Amino acid sequence: MDTDDDFMSNVSSEEEDMMPDDSDNDLSGDDDFDFDDEPDPDIDMQQDFGQKKKAAYDITFKVYQPQDIQKQQDDLIKEVNMILDINKEEAAILLRHFRWNKERLIEDYMEKPSQVLEAAGLSESSAEAPRLKSIPGFVCDICCEDEEGLQSFALKCGHRYCVDCYRQYLAQKIVEEGEAARIQCPSDDCNLIIDARSLDLLVTQDLTDRYHKLLNRTYVEDRDSLKWCPAPDCQNVVECGIKKKDLTRIVPTVACLCSMRFCFGCPNEDHQPAPCDLVKKWLKKCADDSETANWISANTKECPKCNSTIEKNGGCNHMTCRKCKHEFCWMCMGLWSEHGTSWYNCNRFEEKSGTEARDAQAKSRVSLERYLHYYNRYANHEQSARLDKEMYLKTEKKMVQLQKESGMSWIEVQYLNSASQALQTCRRTLMWTYAFAFYLARNNLTEIFEDNQKDLEMAVESLSEMFEKPVQELADSKLKVDIMDKTSYCNKRRVILLDDTAQNLAEGRWTFNVEFTNPTPISNTKGSSSRR
Amino acid sequence: MSFATKRLGKELSKINNSLPPGIELVSADNFEEWFLDIRVLDNNPLYANQVYRLKFKFSAQYPIEPPEVVFVKLANRPIPIHPHIYSNGIICLDLLGQQGWSPVQNVESICMSLQSMLTGNNKDERPAGDEEFVRGNRLRPKDIDFYYHDNNV
Repeated sequence: MDTDDDFMSNVSSEEEDMMPDDSDNDLSGDDDFDFDDEPDPDIDMQQDFGQKKKAAYDITFKVYQPQDIQKQQDDLIKEVNMILDINKEEAAILLRHFRWNKERLIEDYMEKPSQVLEAAGLSESSAEAPRLKSIPGFVCDICCEDEEGLQSFALKCGHRYCVDCYRQYLAQKIVEEGEAARIQCPSDDCNLIIDARSLDLLVTQDLTDRYHKLLNRTYVEDRDSLKWCPAPDCQNVVECGIKKKDLTRIVPTVACLCSMRFCFGCPNEDHQPAPCDLVKKWLKKCADDSETANWISANTKECPKCNSTIEKNGGCNHMTCRKCKHEFCWMCMGLWSEHGTSWYNCNRFEEKSGTEARDAQAKSRVSLERYLHYYNRYANHEQSARLDKEMYLKTEKKMVQLQKESGMSWIEVQYLNSASQALQTCRRTLMWTYAFAFYLARNNLTEIFEDNQKDLEMAVESLSEMFEKPVQELADSKLKVDIMDKTSYCNKRRVILLDDTAQNLAEGRWTFNVEFTNPTPISNTKGSSSRR
Repeated sequence: MSFATKRLGKELSKINNSLPPGIELVSADNFEEWFLDIRVLDNNPLYANQVYRLKFKFSAQYPIEPPEVVFVKLANRPIPIHPHIYSNGIICLDLLGQQGWSPVQNVESICMSLQSMLTGNNKDERPAGDEEFVRGNRLRPKDIDFYYHDNNV
């Protein structure tokens, strides 16, 4: 494992390379996760077993702590502030508008500054920076207050409101609506964005804190190469250059400093060796018991062309996908153009004979049994992993007890900790091998995969058994050696399995029994529309 | 005196003085719920000779938060037919949602917007999925996440 120091040194040495550029994200350098000084690895294949071996499932990524995230933004803002000669608050607003793509911002701004400023919600006027004022005869349009000496505030647009109303308005936006990057002037149809300095003038410290937290959140969310660590209470961010199109060939598992392992390509925890799309399919399938899933499968179909989920709530069988405009028949899902004149009554469906329907039923029974085979094993490892986690908590106690009873030192009992870690990680891998295997077509590759799976499973089960022995027996030095051997064997088997699977995936050699695509978002629109 | 009360007091005294044609105050007995009547000013056949009753509900956060505005059905006050007005009186108008609302808007300006929304319409229809929405909806109008996609009607 890498130490914190490794990460920190990487972070500092990489800062100049941080470019908010989507097309060519610079994540390379000396920041490999497992091995330092490795040449820039390509996402595709790495078979360079030259000096240091690099597993095919390893990907390049980097972990940032909150202060790094702040510094990245500050650096970018400073740079734009100097190049374009605009103040920092405005530079920040512009960068957010361009989703932190500095190059595009500078290019566009050089070309047509006034349009860029307007689109981003900034004023061209070089009027003095906004400040609180009390103007004689002023009436606030929000609260209708007209007291003498009323403090008021306006952005460069000149829409002036009293300080109290402005505060209320900002509090509403920040606290209730969770808005920060795009808070506009309260006036109707004024698109000017409130900048950080004006905000500081108006609101209290706790609101400013929340405002900056929200801004950091948008910064991470705006950039495809950044993702929050999903562990509770962890504030770190992981950067990874993996693209959506790579997800059919690689399973991008990353590990945070807090030891949380998660997938960069989808919202799930580590699911190696199964690719994201299969994981999504599998989870959806497993959730099929739920009422919602039942309803969706009973009432919706997916557009045969773009896979958007469609609910048919009336009308004829002639469907036109709202998203991709594909025309098809709801009954047979075939092309509408092939339906000739048999509108509103799809003959192609009715032709299906009774025997065919019965066959289909028998087939679905077999497929259910097949599913249950894989599901039971998947669920079993999931549960065992949970039990192993509970076990781990007991392990600590065991380790203390062992130190007392056998006179071993703290270092000498660490093997139990490693064993427990190995068990949990391997169980998680095993769990996903079953989901993966469910979608594999039968061939030689699959058999090799299942052999690897079996080897790992047997090793894990026997380690698990040793691990659960009572403390008196654990003190036996022979068992200690056995556990250490088994632990390293388990880890090795896991690496072999993952490496093999990842290589075949990268080379596109697996044959799946489902169509395997990049995850497509479900589009769903509801409600009606409006006007001003 | 709360924020909303002060502002509503000022609005009320202005409304009592004068209102644009086609808008009438029915009752404003407190600073939580007001009723107003509106009618269209041209002779759009969809709305000719009809008067519609509007109910305004104000939260303590008004005018920072938009008021809740719906049409109310009475014997002589139907719900106007419009592709953005559900048959239970709920109005889908971006200006009444958090995104489109500005604290500078007021009761009078809302009424005028609704007037022009009716005047500009020539479609004799309810929103898509009206029946289902009216049957199933238990949410307050402000909690409905309308999807504003069509800005022409």
